[in-house]
Amino acid sequence: MSELLTIDSISVSYGSIQALRGVSMHVNEGDVVCLIGANGAGKSTLLKAIMGLEPLVSGSISYRGEVIAHSAVEKSKRGLFSSKGSADGSQMHKPSLRTDEIASLGLSLVPEGRRVFADMTVEENLDMGAFLVKDDARIARKKQEMYDFFPILGARRKQKTRSLSGGEQQMMAIARALMSSPRLLLLDEPGLGLAPLIIQDIFEKIHIINKEENVTVFLVEQNARIALKASIDGYVMENGVIVLADKSANLLVDEKVRAAYLGQ
Amino acid sequence: MLNFMLLILIYTGIYALMAMGQNVITGYVGLLSLTQAGFLAIGSYTTAILSVTYGWNFWLTIPVAGLLAAAFGVLIGLPTLRLKGDYLAIATLGFGEIVRNILNNWDSVTKGPMGIQKIPMVKVFGYQLSPYSKWGFLALVWVFVIVGYVLFDRLAKSRMGRALEAIREDEIAASSMGINTTKYKVWAFALGAFSAGVAGSLQAVFTLSVTPGSFTFMVSIMVLCMVVLGGMGNFKAVVLGAFLIQFISYFPQLVGLSNVIPPQFKQVLFGLILVVMMIWRPQGILGREIRGYKPSKEKGGKR
Repeated sequence: MSELLTIDSISVSYGSIQALRGVSMHVNEGDVVCLIGANGAGKSTLLKAIMGLEPLVSGSISYRGEVIAHSAVEKSKRGLFSSKGSADGSQMHKPSLRTDEIASLGLSLVPEGRRVFADMTVEENLDMGAFLVKDDARIARKKQEMYDFFPILGARRKQKTRSLSGGEQQMMAIARALMSSPRLLLLDEPGLGLAPLIIQDIFEKIHIINKEENVTVFLVEQNARIALKASIDGYVMENGVIVLADKSANLLVDEKVRAAYLGQ
Repeated sequence: MLNFMLLILIYTGIYALMAMGQNVITGYVGLLSLTQAGFLAIGSYTTAILSVTYGWNFWLTIPVAGLLAAAFGVLIGLPTLRLKGDYLAIATLGFGEIVRNILNNWDSVTKGPMGIQKIPMVKVFGYQLSPYSKWGFLALVWVFVIVGYVLFDRLAKSRMGRALEAIREDEIAASSMGINTTKYKVWAFALGAFSAGVAGSLQAVFTLSVTPGSFTFMVSIMVLCMVVLGGMGNFKAVVLGAFLIQFISYFPQLVGLSNVIPPQFKQVLFGLILVVMMIWRPQGILGREIRGYKPSKEKGGKR
């Protein structure tokens, strides 16, 4: 199994506060990998860093063997001024990619709090998810797939997204992220603020996406039990540091994890 | 009276061009920018200087005016687009004032506070448009408004229009969808500036003189009012807004009460309109346009 995503001792700071300190982890192709931890542990920051939404203070992130984010060089400004080459001798590393460039490589983020386009209809949201897809026939086919996969979205396709329930919005956010046919799906707290039955439902969908669509999934969750049950590899984060890394099945029976995250 | 109505309609057209540009920036991308006076000034002075000092034909100065304004739009857009909300408003407000101060003081090129006079009149199909031929000007200006409207409307329904709306609704989500947010925001700024530059060109050949005093901060506020009053994100609405604001500001003269009502009254009224609209109808008179695009069947605007 090949490594799809490799995170090599990255650090991220918000001003003087270090949100991530030397975090290393990897996601193998085809797996479901979860990262659990308490509120404020730095889980969402990690996902943002992967998508190029937070600059790295140190370390690097690689996707399929290519560096997509690096600390030394500032984000590229390509597309505005064609890059004039690097006369400053930083030829060793290509500059960190912009978020839209990272998305175009096949990474798709379902952000924390869903971040749907509330004033657009469900269908328009899905269209936005396919922004990088140029083939209209493929967009239409993909949308139909999503409506078949999430029937409630098909029923609500002409409705403004703000009128959807939390669970429906979460499904829409996942469907929107799948519109670009990603290879790696990043999920930030898909169960946040939802009823247990709906969380169950969403994790079943995630399972199908992984198994049948061959999408590698990296999910971040506070709900440790369901996340560990749904995943193959698990990481535990505390205060910006990975404190445990193991097979999820092992973490489920780990003394410390049980005490701290599973309430046993 | 008729003459006055025509004057109002001509200025409605010139301001409608600016308001449509503002609508791209404020209505679509959701950025509060106060630059239109600066871009109007750049357009006006470009036409004035090129035609008076260098003897250019008006029709050749229009694209230069638009493109120069757009270039300044990019120039100011790049550093300021990191800012949001009121910070962006303050930074862009500064830009307008810088432009006006340069025009006031760069005597060798702009002739300072006196401005540039005797701009040659425009010839359209052999007809010379003097400031007295109001019907002719009305037609000229509104041809530009209609062409501008058609282009902006197409833009709104295109891939770019949807990208701009996505950026307004949620920038992080938009960039995660693969939208290069900086690029599109700068484009929006450039387009907004372009149309204000063209409007400036038209204003210069209508008044046949340009002075720095006519490009005050108040112009930017008026344009913003037009967008808010008509309806953000709706190009028809901002044209309506342009008419209403022009009508209100010329109302005292129109009814012959300019001796009774001081000119400052309009500034009070604009403020009042903004407050009232924000409380009772924040979406504007017509509100945001209902998107009717069907991307899967759409032919144009996709590349």
